[in-house]
Amino acid sequence: MSTASATPGRHDGTATRLTPRQKRALRREAEAAPWEGPHRRYDILKEGAIALMVVVILVAVLAILFSSPDVPPVTLQAWSSAQPIGFTQIALSELEGTSTSATYGPPYNHGSGSVQDIYGVSIQRAIGVTDPINPAKDFVLDPLGTVSGQPALKAALARYGSADQPTRRSWDQAYGRALSAAKMVNSQLVVPPGNYGPVGTMLTSFLSMARSGGLDAQLVAHSAFYTTNYTNPLLFIGDSAVAQPSSYWNKIVTAQKMQSHQWGMMNETGSWPGQPWLWLYVMWYQVPPMSTSSNGDVEVIAIMTILSLGLVFVPFIPGIRDLPRWIPVHRLVWKDYYRTYGSTSNGHPGGAAAAPIESTTTGVDN
Amino acid sequence: MIPLADVVPTLGAVINLNPPGRYIHWGFIFLSVANLVVIVVMLIIFVLALTLPFTHSRRTHRGQATGSPPEGTPTAGHGSQSPIAGAASGTVVQGVSDEDEYGLWTAKVRKAWLRHLPPEKMLPDSQPAYVASWIYVFGVLTLMSLTVVIASGTVLALEGPTWWHISSIGLFVNSLHLWSVECFFGFMAIHLWGKFWMASWRGNRQLTWMTGAIAFLISVFEGFTGYISQTNLDSQWIAFEAKDAMNGAGIGAFFNTMNFGQALMLHIVVMPLVIGLVVVIHIVMVRLRGVVPPIDALPEHLGKPGGATSSITVSSATKSAPGFPEASDSGSTVEDAAGLGGGS
Repeated sequence: MSTASATPGRHDGTATRLTPRQKRALRREAEAAPWEGPHRRYDILKEGAIALMVVVILVAVLAILFSSPDVPPVTLQAWSSAQPIGFTQIALSELEGTSTSATYGPPYNHGSGSVQDIYGVSIQRAIGVTDPINPAKDFVLDPLGTVSGQPALKAALARYGSADQPTRRSWDQAYGRALSAAKMVNSQLVVPPGNYGPVGTMLTSFLSMARSGGLDAQLVAHSAFYTTNYTNPLLFIGDSAVAQPSSYWNKIVTAQKMQSHQWGMMNETGSWPGQPWLWLYVMWYQVPPMSTSSNGDVEVIAIMTILSLGLVFVPFIPGIRDLPRWIPVHRLVWKDYYRTYGSTSNGHPGGAAAAPIESTTTGVDN
Repeated sequence: MIPLADVVPTLGAVINLNPPGRYIHWGFIFLSVANLVVIVVMLIIFVLALTLPFTHSRRTHRGQATGSPPEGTPTAGHGSQSPIAGAASGTVVQGVSDEDEYGLWTAKVRKAWLRHLPPEKMLPDSQPAYVASWIYVFGVLTLMSLTVVIASGTVLALEGPTWWHISSIGLFVNSLHLWSVECFFGFMAIHLWGKFWMASWRGNRQLTWMTGAIAFLISVFEGFTGYISQTNLDSQWIAFEAKDAMNGAGIGAFFNTMNFGQALMLHIVVMPLVIGLVVVIHIVMVRLRGVVPPIDALPEHLGKPGGATSSITVSSATKSAPGFPEASDSGSTVEDAAGLGGGS
């Protein structure tokens, strides 16, 4: 690194008055050069070995004392058994295309219900649909189509499939109205009669399928055997979390303090610590305008992106990079050094605080 | 505006290999034509590698063509050794006198490495006496926590993602993983706070700070992929909640938080590699640039810009100062060649 810009033009070894900027430049280079002050013995491998031993013991003790959380996942079977009417209402919303998932937008479909932007710029919309999902077909009709030995269901599906869109919509809406007066009698869903065509048969079978556990397997079955993608069941269950404040899933996660308004992303089930390092990210969701904005997610992401870049580029941000000098926490870190030798800022006899920095070189070898 | 996903062409095979293959049945040998093609191609390449004349590099050829090494060039009796391999092993090959002159990448990298980061700088036995605070231990504690994180995670990976739900040993290993992660982030945050208030980017140490900050940010994402790979209620809910932020930012098109397989692969393969790389760069930068000197350190203690070799005398004041242990024998002088201690 050249110091030519900071060199006042005299190289005869005599002290030269420098501008503050030149002093800072030379100071920077001096701080980059090998330390010529006192040294102490240091065994880096021994330090590493001791640190490893300390960490292993600490972690083992913590693991023995506190173990780790493991609350089982929510299943469609458990949800449909606990709240059969609520489950059927969400299934109906998937069928008629009014659920959150059905109207979501990219990357799942061409809806606009959950499309976010900043000042009209939406990366989500620009990229488009990459993981196409049709909730009526993927969440309800296709799983029902796998049920065998039920001629009434087969006929109902055929009738629903051959009907035009207005007819389907009228059936769906009629069933929705009837469902609001539905009751559970002897663990059976009893829906008042209405002009809802085959929808009653379909959704009654759908509920039975879910309560038997069969739907859990069907929704994750992107292939006939192997699967690692849980998008469909999570979106389906999640639709209840969005549409029904007292849904089965909401009750569980609220009790575990995992809801968004509970700073849930950084919380863990039970009393275990979670991800406290996410505090800043989660905090932005609690303050206006993000807390009420329909674009809250992307706004928080934008803020955190800027702050993350700020963290990385702290050395280059005037003001921020000067904080350590203005707020002298470093006096605690190097208190022994300052006590022994003083510093250039406190006029210690050894500090030569007022002495000009001489410039006798033109380069630094790091 | 047409969405990007609609304009990206669908890639497919030029030749369709889906139809049933052809097989050769000869005695007990039952071999598909496709496998036979692969084997035959390998054999052909093997034979060609043995028989084709080797294209000698220009520099090696020049050395051999002269018949004798350049004036003043030492030679070693490795005439039968490959010139390239000989240079790589550090031996002097006939006709090759200066590694840099002959442009060997390996030699250049080795020389640059030794010039900037000699062994005594990489594994120091001395350091500036101002490194005397507990805040300095949190860097190595972070590194050792990461070691335990990787070790416990490796065991979990070996046994599979659901093992810890059904095994008491698995639960304990998962607990080790959890608490080592908590320690890792805790130590790393304290390390970061300490380094901030030391203004540790001073003196051309910006890259050290930046790689540390990047390591922290990447670790946050790695932790997130771990939380959604737990296959329990926690991972369910976090994956569902986080998808909106990912989708809103356009990341959801490439990273689906509800795709367990993708999250797990990121967590146990991709991100550990990235973190490992960044941490290695960070550590190399720490060794290369050294620990930042105190703010307002005395000018006579700071190095001389441009000075490659310095003489470090441990003063009596140093030895008697609390927290400043003796660096060497009484009154001795430590010759600091190119960065030992202050530059290390």
